[in-house]
Amino acid sequence: VLNRRCVEAAVMTGLALNCSINKKSLFDRKHYFYADLPAGYQITQQRVPIAVNGSLSYSLCIDNKMSQMVTKTVRIKQIQLEQDSGKSLHDDTRSQTLVDLNRAGVGLMEVVMEPDMCCGEEAAAAVRELQLILQTLGSSQAVMAEGQLRVDANVSVHHPGEPYGVRTEVKNINSIRFLAKAVDYEIQRQIEELENGGTILNETRAFDSKLGCTVPMRDKEGKQDYRFMPEPNLPPLILYDAKSLPANMNHQQVVNIDWIHERLPDLPSVKRAKLVELYGILPEHSFTLLNEDGLTEFFENVVKQTPMKPKKVIGWILNDLLSYLKEHSLTVKESPVSPFLLADLLNLLEKKEISSTAAKQVLAELWKGEGKSPLEIVKEKELELIQDQKELEQICQAVIDGQENEVIMMVLG
Amino acid sequence: QKVTVDVLDHLERLALVDFRDSEGVERLQKAIRFADQLREVNTDGVEPMDSVLEDRCLYLREDDVTEGNCTKELLKNAREKVEEYFVAPPGNIPLPKLEERESFLQSS
Repeated sequence: VLNRRCVEAAVMTGLALNCSINKKSLFDRKHYFYADLPAGYQITQQRVPIAVNGSLSYSLCIDNKMSQMVTKTVRIKQIQLEQDSGKSLHDDTRSQTLVDLNRAGVGLMEVVMEPDMCCGEEAAAAVRELQLILQTLGSSQAVMAEGQLRVDANVSVHHPGEPYGVRTEVKNINSIRFLAKAVDYEIQRQIEELENGGTILNETRAFDSKLGCTVPMRDKEGKQDYRFMPEPNLPPLILYDAKSLPANMNHQQVVNIDWIHERLPDLPSVKRAKLVELYGILPEHSFTLLNEDGLTEFFENVVKQTPMKPKKVIGWILNDLLSYLKEHSLTVKESPVSPFLLADLLNLLEKKEISSTAAKQVLAELWKGEGKSPLEIVKEKELELIQDQKELEQICQAVIDGQENEVIMMVLG
Repeated sequence: QKVTVDVLDHLERLALVDFRDSEGVERLQKAIRFADQLREVNTDGVEPMDSVLEDRCLYLREDDVTEGNCTKELLKNAREKVEEYFVAPPGNIPLPKLEERESFLQSS
């Protein structure tokens, strides 16, 4: 029986990825034997999937600096609904496989991309953007480490102008960082193999994160014959839109594409554009804000509580706050400095009660999380800027008096 | 046309059926001949049928948890288990090659 929420999630994701939604899609059985597939077949959508022909835009920094970003696109071939298998744990020491069937039969969405990417960095950036989109839509939490988002990379090499080479499929990639490594390793491996006069086998390989390489996988040699056949228990999936909505059907049985479309939340690209427009920050800033869970909210909260220009606030958020969090492996939610505290500090700076060097010192104290307010720390460490004009003049005069020679040199030229 | 030994071996490997003897293979041949009658019908311009249910509505289930918590019962099926895992061999044990297994197909 098909879960309605799966259908809605697939339609939302298809729309977010600019796909055409197939109003009629079909289910098939894919037959193969494996310990984690108790039924001996997997229900999938091989003939007509739920969504096709979309695109995903993502951005890359050139030269590792955040200052220049370029936008790329990868075409989405299709999105299909299918069943998950169980989870296999390989116990090589005891020569056995342990199988956990809890997730067997649970609905999955497979997003198939065209081979438009050329290196690990592009693959990582594209998947990161997909992750953000899925999280924004609520289709998935997309945490790779927990298997909520799984990525299999298909890699091939060819000389420019020649047809695509034989591809290998790389599995067992558990993070975006490893995805980039696995892709780059496999590209290198294939190039070396071919340059040494070898050939590439159309095989499935596993990424070994400890060794940073790919190795052939057992049981996946050679082309499989899956004997696809229509799934006898599932009639075609029919989706409707405003025009084709049937009058008398049970509301609960109807999935309306237009209704879903109207309720799509702002996608990451739209959120970024809005942040740039609203706050006058740079595009690359908006990327960093969205990339860290909770950072956008933190930034916006600070902006609300201080008259300091957002363009200045962003510097404190990205340079000071974020680097501290990264150094101590903390998430934004775990920050010892709250938006309120930071805003409080920035207000002192804005009112010119302290210098920015002093502000950095206060911030360093605030990280300790001892519960002191910025003002208390300023008083404790006597960091207040001297406001008294006369006092300032006396100090400057004393400095000038003590440096007579230098002063003469400055006045002269 | 006769079904070749290669195809029979391929089927035995894929579906783990055992054609056992010439009677088994003859039954397969008969089944193929029976199904081939479909080709006699002119289907130009006619959409293929998916299943006898294809005009029915696909029932969509609400996203509510209605069952579960039956670990003990499910694990009763396991011949061998470790904690709450089913134990399986390290990988698929493939059917031996045609020459190496006892199959009447060898003499075909």
